[in-house]
Amino acid sequence: MRSVFSLILLVVIGAGVVFTLSSIPFGSTSSDVGEYYIDSGRADTGATNIVTSVVVGYRAFDTLGEVTVLFVAAIGLGAILAAGRENEEKKKAEWEPASLVLYTGCRFLFPLILLFGAYVFIHGHLTPGGGFQGGAIIASAFLMVYLGCRKKRISKTWARNTESISGLVFVVTGLTGLAVGGHYFLSNFLPEGTLNTLFSAGIIPIIYIAIGLKVGSELTGVIDDLIEESE
Amino acid sequence: MIIIVTLIVAIMLAAAISVVFFKDLLSAVIASCLVSLFASILFLFLQAPDVAMAEASIGAALITAIFMIALRRTRRYEE
Amino acid sequence: MSFLQNNIYYIGAFGLILIGLLIVLVKHNLIKVIIGLSIMDTGINLFLIAIGYLRNGTAPIFSSPEVESVLMVDPVPQALVLTAIVIGVAVLALALSLAIRLYKHFGTLDLRKIKELKW
Repeated sequence: MRSVFSLILLVVIGAGVVFTLSSIPFGSTSSDVGEYYIDSGRADTGATNIVTSVVVGYRAFDTLGEVTVLFVAAIGLGAILAAGRENEEKKKAEWEPASLVLYTGCRFLFPLILLFGAYVFIHGHLTPGGGFQGGAIIASAFLMVYLGCRKKRISKTWARNTESISGLVFVVTGLTGLAVGGHYFLSNFLPEGTLNTLFSAGIIPIIYIAIGLKVGSELTGVIDDLIEESE
Repeated sequence: MIIIVTLIVAIMLAAAISVVFFKDLLSAVIASCLVSLFASILFLFLQAPDVAMAEASIGAALITAIFMIALRRTRRYEE
Repeated sequence: MSFLQNNIYYIGAFGLILIGLLIVLVKHNLIKVIIGLSIMDTGINLFLIAIGYLRNGTAPIFSSPEVESVLMVDPVPQALVLTAIVIGVAVLALALSLAIRLYKHFGTLDLRKIKELKW
C-alpha cells in the first residue's frame, strides 16, 4: 500500500519536473549577478578565482553563518554520542593490528596529504580549491591515519584550540574590517597587491586559511567522535 | 564527449538504483560512494573544478568512511 | 543525439533525486534512508551546477592575466553548492549519530519496529 502511494507520488513529481524543465534550456542561461561578479570580481576583491571571490568576498558573512552551522552540527554529534556513553561498561577494544605495508604507507603519505591540503587552501584565491576543500583533504589525512595506524589519535585539546583560534581569527578580521576599512563587516583593509600573485586579494587568504583549519579540525573531530564510539 | 557523459550518467544511475536492492548495507554504501565519484567527474565536465574537488574529497571519501564507522556500530545486514 | 546533448545532465540530476526519494519513501532501514538522503543531496547539487552551465564556457578562474572574461560559466551556483556539500556531510554525520543512538536504545534499525517512528 505504501509502495503504491510512493510510486504515485514519484510519478506526479517526475511529471511536474519534466514540465518545468522543458522551459529551462540547458547551457544558455546566465544570471545578471553572475555576469557582474565575473566582470568586476577581480577589481573588487583582487582574487582571480571568481568562486573564491564570491564565497569569501561578496558573501563572506554568509560563509560565517555556514561555518557556524558546521560547528553546531559537530557539537550536536558529540553531545548525542556522549549522552549514551556514560552509563555503559567500557568494553576493551579489539583492533587487529594493521599490516606493515599499510602502517608504513600511512606514515609516509600523511605529511604529504597534509601539505597538499595546506597548498589547496593557501592558494584558494588563485587556483581551484579553497578552505572547504583543503579542510576536507586534511580531515581525510587524519582519517587515513586512524584507519591505518589504529592506535594513533589526535589530541582533543589541540584540535579544539585550532578550531577556536581559527574561528576567532575569522570574526576578528571581520570586526577589524568594520572598524578600519569600510562601513560593513568583513570589508577589506589590506592592500590588494598584484593580481595572480600569492600575496594579493587583501584579507581573502587569511579568511580562507582560517576556514581551512576550522573545517579540517571540525571534520577530524566528527570522525574522532564516531570512531571512539565504535570501539 | 556526449557518449562519455551518457555512459557516466548511466553508470551513476545504475549505482543509485542498485542501492534500492542491496540487502548488504556495506554494498549500498559503496554504491553511493560510486554515485558521488561519478558526480564529481560530471562537475568537472560542467566547468566547476572547485565543486568537483569538494565532492571528490567529501562525497567519495569522508561520507563513505562515516557510513562505514556507523555500520560497524550498528548492523551490517538489512533485516 | 541533440536530445541527449540538451538533457543528459538534467536526466542524471533528476534521476538521482527521484531514486533518492524512492529510497526514503519505500525502505524501512534507517541507514538506507540516510543513504537515500545523501543521493538526493548529490542530485540537487548536480542540478544547480547544470543550470549555471554556459555552452562552450570555461571555469570562472583567471589563471593568467591574459584570460578574457567572455564565455565563463556562472560562479554563483558553484559558490552555493560548494558550501552545501560541506553542510551536507555535517548534517549526515548528525543523522548517523542519531541512528546509532536509536539502535542502542531499541536494538533494531527497522522503522516498523521502532514504535515511536511509525508512519
